[in-house]
Amino acid sequence: MFKKLAITAVAALTLSVGGAIANEETHTEDVDFSFEGPFGTYDQNQLQRGLQVYTEVCASCHGMKFVPIRTLGDEGGPNLPADQVRAYAKQFEIYDAEKDEMVPRKPSDHFPEGTYDGAPDLSLMAKARKGYEGPYGTGMNQLFRGIGGPEHIVSILTGFTGEEKEEAGKTFYENHAFSTGWISMPPPLSGEDVEFADGSSNDMRHEAEDVTAFLMWAAEPKMMDRKKAGFIAVILLTMLSVLLYATNKRLWAPVKQRAKDETSGES
Amino acid sequence: MSGIPHDHYEPKTGFEKWLHSRLPIVGLVYDTIMIPTPKNLNWMWIWGIVLAFCLVLQIVTGIVLAMHYTPHVDLAFASVEHIMRDVNGGHMLRYLHANGASLFFIAVYIHIFRGLYYGSYKAPREVTWIIGMLIYLAMMATAFMGYVLPWGQMSFWGATVITGLFGAIPFIGESIQHWLLGGPAVDNATLNRFFSLHYLLPFVIAALVAIHIWAFHTTGNGNPTGVEVRRGSKEEAEKDTLPFWPYFVIKDLFALAVVLLVFFAIVGFMPNYLGEPDNYIEANPLATPAHIVPEWYFLPFYAILRAFTADVWVVQLANWVSFGIIDAKFFGVIAMFGAIAVMALVPWLDTSSMRSGRFRPMFKWWFALLVIDFLVLMWGGSRPTTGIYPIISLIGAAYWFGYFLVILPLLGVFEKPDTPPATIEDDFNAHYGHH
Repeated sequence: MFKKLAITAVAALTLSVGGAIANEETHTEDVDFSFEGPFGTYDQNQLQRGLQVYTEVCASCHGMKFVPIRTLGDEGGPNLPADQVRAYAKQFEIYDAEKDEMVPRKPSDHFPEGTYDGAPDLSLMAKARKGYEGPYGTGMNQLFRGIGGPEHIVSILTGFTGEEKEEAGKTFYENHAFSTGWISMPPPLSGEDVEFADGSSNDMRHEAEDVTAFLMWAAEPKMMDRKKAGFIAVILLTMLSVLLYATNKRLWAPVKQRAKDETSGES
Repeated sequence: MSGIPHDHYEPKTGFEKWLHSRLPIVGLVYDTIMIPTPKNLNWMWIWGIVLAFCLVLQIVTGIVLAMHYTPHVDLAFASVEHIMRDVNGGHMLRYLHANGASLFFIAVYIHIFRGLYYGSYKAPREVTWIIGMLIYLAMMATAFMGYVLPWGQMSFWGATVITGLFGAIPFIGESIQHWLLGGPAVDNATLNRFFSLHYLLPFVIAALVAIHIWAFHTTGNGNPTGVEVRRGSKEEAEKDTLPFWPYFVIKDLFALAVVLLVFFAIVGFMPNYLGEPDNYIEANPLATPAHIVPEWYFLPFYAILRAFTADVWVVQLANWVSFGIIDAKFFGVIAMFGAIAVMALVPWLDTSSMRSGRFRPMFKWWFALLVIDFLVLMWGGSRPTTGIYPIISLIGAAYWFGYFLVILPLLGVFEKPDTPPATIEDDFNAHYGHH
């Protein structure tokens, strides 16, 4: 009874306070990504398409300095063959201190840093933003929808209204998914920005989702390993819990039986 | 060691006798493991084992993480990414460690509130309570400094805000703040000393835990009825107790397995849920985040810190009485530390002769309100300082202090407690016997 009352009291309080506060959350559209939920996995083809969008569009300003190029060949990631990884690395240069000259990158090098100061590094972008924090800032909805970093990126990429404004010599672009409503990044995608070799749709929406999936992998490359470890842990701990439950029950049975015997005469 | 009469270790073989007369370590372990434990303990008494597990988990994962981490402002963030991407199993180690801190605090809060409800702090267990509060303070210091180490935006700005609290102390505050930081602002010197102390404090906690256990093994465990174990003879004591091994070890391990089931599901499937996304952005002293929020376990006290703004009358009164020395910022700092201090002093603030809340009809309701108050404060601390939120936090803070400083002292006078069972055996038999 005590628990029920406490829950009712919390609920009543939340509702009454809730009425007084407007929901200030910026709207983030839910996207059904393949990597969501305990069973979610990365879609290898989507990651490869996303890599293409990243390389041909994003990388002209942004960088991914924390991501080693070799991980493009990792299982559970884009899984590119070794020769393709080497070829991919070669297109970027890096300063070699011994030779005192620029040399092509090797797979063991990282992706280049951004070329433009205002463009944030994208290595961890999919984990560095949240799309949901409600209701009333409790973050409870993240339990069902995820933190919403990827959804936020898709919303930004597809959220431009076409309006522009000049302020202090800089151009800002209206975008309702951005916190202030105006973002300094010009619209990067307009649809048909890249040609996918697998013939997948290259409209703006699909390009945005593909590059976002790639950025999620870049931010969390060990997700598949982690979920697998999670499953093994949950299964083993379930078995252990059952065994310990049975052991505990059996261990205490004589003690509880004695309590029964001692009270059988009474009442 | 225990005040409850029970069998002690008897060395039998020649070697055992030889060792026992030189170092009675086997006897110490035996007496600790076989300690008579009230047989009516309920499931709220399992959190001590969970906490012990957390301390070991944090130390073990932490030591390995420290092998791969670099405490330097230019390298710290990258070294954490190195752990996440290159170190074998490094991502699991880091997520276990980060979420381990959350498990540690969930467990310690339930453990503390269990103590508050069942009156575990009352005589003769005040020392156990005080040592526990010291452990809690050391945990908060350790967690705070650990959170700074990844050198993300929230690490940097959280450290700036929290060390700034010491700067609010009149006259000497700025000097203390500089001394803590190793300079005028959070920088490399700060990161280095926080790393050093973050490694040191867990071992201080381990020592305090040993003293905590020593203390309650001396007085004997509390229990849900608050009735003491009968100590007239060994036979009498055995009617109220069972040895810790195997009865409570197995029970606690079962509970631990269930708790870990949930914990590993969170680590495996949603390891960033309890973290702040801003901490995946490298620290930038030139860009302040829109909302600086501490980790969830600090939120109730952060709410109390921010609740006392300059327009609150107690703050204005304090300001006037102190000739302006106590401003709103310093008042907030006093209130935050005071909120923990009143909790630490609860053995002397609670005047009731009845130990367990189970037999205190009025106390129950005030206690339930305290739990709700704690959750509301937690929510208030995560919200911006505009609109209705500061008022909610202020009401929450007022109830927190009111509970410890007014309600508990008065309840002891006005409340008429129910009658508890005569013995622990009676309670156990009433629960499991024939009805």
